Amino acid sequence: MTSPMTPGIAAERLSNKALAKNFADLHRSLEPHEVRVAADRCYFCHDAPCVTACPTDIDIPLFIRQISTGTSEAAAKTIFDMNILGGMCARVCPTEELCEQACVREVSEGKAVEIGRLQRHATDTLMAKNTHPFSRAAFTGKTVAVVGAGPAGLSCAHRLAMQGIDVTVFDARPKAGGLNEYGIAAYKSTNDFAAKEVDWLLSIGGIAIENNKELGRDLTLDDLSADFDAVFLSVGLGGVNALGIPGHEGTGVTDAVGFIETLRQSSDLASLPIGRNVVVIGGGMTAVDAAVQSKLLGAEQVTIAYRRGREAMSASRYEQDLAASHGVKLMFNVQPNKVEAEGENTVLELEYTAMKDGKLTGTGETLSIAADQVFAAIGQTLATDGGLTLEGRKIAVTGAGRTSREGVWAGGDCASGGDDLTVTAVAEGRDAAMDIHATLMGGAN
Amino acid sequence: MADLTTDFLGIKSPNPFWLASAPPTDKEYNVRRAFEAGWGGVVWKTLGAEGPPVVNVNGPRYGVIHGADRRVLGLNNIELITDRPLEVNLEEITRVKKDYPNHAVIVSIMVPCEEQAWKDILPKVEATGADGIELNFGCPHGMSERGMGAAVGQVPEYIEMVTRWCKQYYSKPVIVKLTPNITDVRLPAAAAKRGGADAVSLINTINSIVSVDLDSMSPEPSINGKGTHGGYCGPAVKPIAMSMVSEISRAPATAGLPISGIGGVTTWRDAAEFITLGCGNVQVCTAAMTYGFKVVQEMISGLSQWMDEKGYINIQDFMGAAIPNTTDWQYLDLNYVAKAKINQDDCISCGRCFAACEDTSHQAIAMSADRKFSVIDAECVACNLCVEVCPVEDCITMVAQPAGSVDPRTGKTVVDDYANWTTHPNNPGAVAAE
Repeated sequence: MTSPMTPGIAAERLSNKALAKNFADLHRSLEPHEVRVAADRCYFCHDAPCVTACPTDIDIPLFIRQISTGTSEAAAKTIFDMNILGGMCARVCPTEELCEQACVREVSEGKAVEIGRLQRHATDTLMAKNTHPFSRAAFTGKTVAVVGAGPAGLSCAHRLAMQGIDVTVFDARPKAGGLNEYGIAAYKSTNDFAAKEVDWLLSIGGIAIENNKELGRDLTLDDLSADFDAVFLSVGLGGVNALGIPGHEGTGVTDAVGFIETLRQSSDLASLPIGRNVVVIGGGMTAVDAAVQSKLLGAEQVTIAYRRGREAMSASRYEQDLAASHGVKLMFNVQPNKVEAEGENTVLELEYTAMKDGKLTGTGETLSIAADQVFAAIGQTLATDGGLTLEGRKIAVTGAGRTSREGVWAGGDCASGGDDLTVTAVAEGRDAAMDIHATLMGGAN
Repeated sequence: MADLTTDFLGIKSPNPFWLASAPPTDKEYNVRRAFEAGWGGVVWKTLGAEGPPVVNVNGPRYGVIHGADRRVLGLNNIELITDRPLEVNLEEITRVKKDYPNHAVIVSIMVPCEEQAWKDILPKVEATGADGIELNFGCPHGMSERGMGAAVGQVPEYIEMVTRWCKQYYSKPVIVKLTPNITDVRLPAAAAKRGGADAVSLINTINSIVSVDLDSMSPEPSINGKGTHGGYCGPAVKPIAMSMVSEISRAPATAGLPISGIGGVTTWRDAAEFITLGCGNVQVCTAAMTYGFKVVQEMISGLSQWMDEKGYINIQDFMGAAIPNTTDWQYLDLNYVAKAKINQDDCISCGRCFAACEDTSHQAIAMSADRKFSVIDAECVACNLCVEVCPVEDCITMVAQPAGSVDPRTGKTVVDDYANWTTHPNNPGAVAAE
């Protein structure tokens, strides 16, 4: 039996019991009375700021009022009308930076209405009944290919299906769900929620999923355009930026995305090897998810090393605090220089950074920390562009996801514009679907 | 230090907080504990005539309107008068009064509207040594179907008649408890006074159905699938009670008649308000039934603190103080002009004032693109709706417009002179000012 103190990289640092506890739901569901009290705090604002702040424009005051009057199913319908993945978004949305940040009670009292947890209550209530609140319009005779079964693709597919369009969703991986299934910290999506949500979403009918079909490998945009009336690309960011420092090819240096994916797909957490000393390089949500989960697997020391200051970190303050509360050390203004073996130990050399002439540069001052395992969480990249025009490093889109190629739309993380958030991807998929429908039916130009 | 002792009809009590005739005062055990907890007096749960006592339902007796956090806002009950034998109650009253000579013990009575029935029970009650009686002419459910309670309280002639009997066969103070289930409460109050009542107490509970079970289609509380109206009380009824109290205080026929105020008294502030409208004390039930006897401690400390802050030495100092300011609509000053004002520093931009004013009132609040809300004086009629729907207390206030300024809504100059409807040119019945 190993322990957090076992040197190097080792599995079974914690007991199964401890692991089960560590990876339990981050937020328990609200109890019925808590729901009523929480819902009562909503002021039912006029033209509410929370709605404006929601990328999917969910009518938040309305759904909360529906909850407060004992009709959580109607509340869920209000949510799903705008965001068919409202269940997952209730779990993973950085509400502290979106709806709850805009809540007038956050502004006035520093205590927002618990919109995220109320949304979860509503969506869980409806989904537990195994009913689907939407039905399909009559078949239009149109078919659309969706490439990528992540939040944007699923959202697009569902909305297209509602409009009476038959959809085939291709996905490179064995399971649908995208980052909901393969990314995101496990404690935010427990009990196989991502897969259950996909099944529930597909129950509207008219959507076929074809797994293990990857654009560029098994599919071409030309073929898809020929076989379908329109194509929606939601392939996400399949590539990862490499650390690119001396020694990064060595054992123990991997990308955080792969680590999270392995963890999400594991049915035996104790079998996952984790370092005694783990360092995560990066400052986003992926960095936090990797760091916290390393700690939860039993790593003794976990450090997030970010090259800029705290204020520049893209992980929210809430996420930073979540990491800190789990014992993760946050280091700012440090960049990795090299990884070296020192005897039995691996050491990461970090260099302090400072802004010089508007550019982030190393100061020359270094420090070394033990790093049996280093996770790079320094951004993801587009794996295939399908020959489309890019904007920056993403597929360029205008309007509701229109790409440079006629009949091809794109949304989610692979497309330009918007934050790389689940909720943003859902909005983009939904809006593209409406535009595709209008275009195919001759209602738009 | 404020003196909370009261002298109501010559009945002394350490404070003005009495427990109303209701379940909390149904027996010696409760009443002793109530006095120990600090209550100044009790009105014993209503006694009926000798013989087999009434029976209560064996199902739920109460229904409630809750706030979101299960706060009891209104309570309804279908309980009848005491269902314990008369002799048991009389013995207990005797013992309690003997042990608590400085606390008020009033006995509530409800017997048939026949002289003999009153002639029978009054000497027995007198023998207990209790300080007075309260005639239950108010209970709106059950007993009223049998010609008692509210059935008597709704006929002023009966009130006068029974009150007269009581004054004839009982030597101590007689308080007549009035029902609110009547169109003009001044008539039964005046009847009580004509009959010789020493005081009135009000209100008794209001006819009510608090909820309907939408599955069983039964009103609640439901007794095996059927429900009946009950009597409504608690914080929700306080405004109704205070209005009725004020009418009795103001009516020439009843002005000066001592009043024991009842209806939703939950805090010291409620009690103070009732007293300003002319009550000599207050009776409490729902607050005790919700929070237990201990709640009186807050009432005592709160009233005492407020009186100290205001410099009131005793209850008489502010008793009835709001009566002169309670008037008829026709005497309200129509020359008084106010405008809503929104304090931008306190505003949290929820927009409730805007929605309320724009959709349902006078379109007198403007909303900017960046969610700043401001009052359009040219439209504002000072209705106060924005003030009341604003979640931030005192963020929106009503500001009196100074004399000499022009009201942009009417174009008229604000004047200091008082003028009301009776002399207004639009009033067909206006009388020329003399």
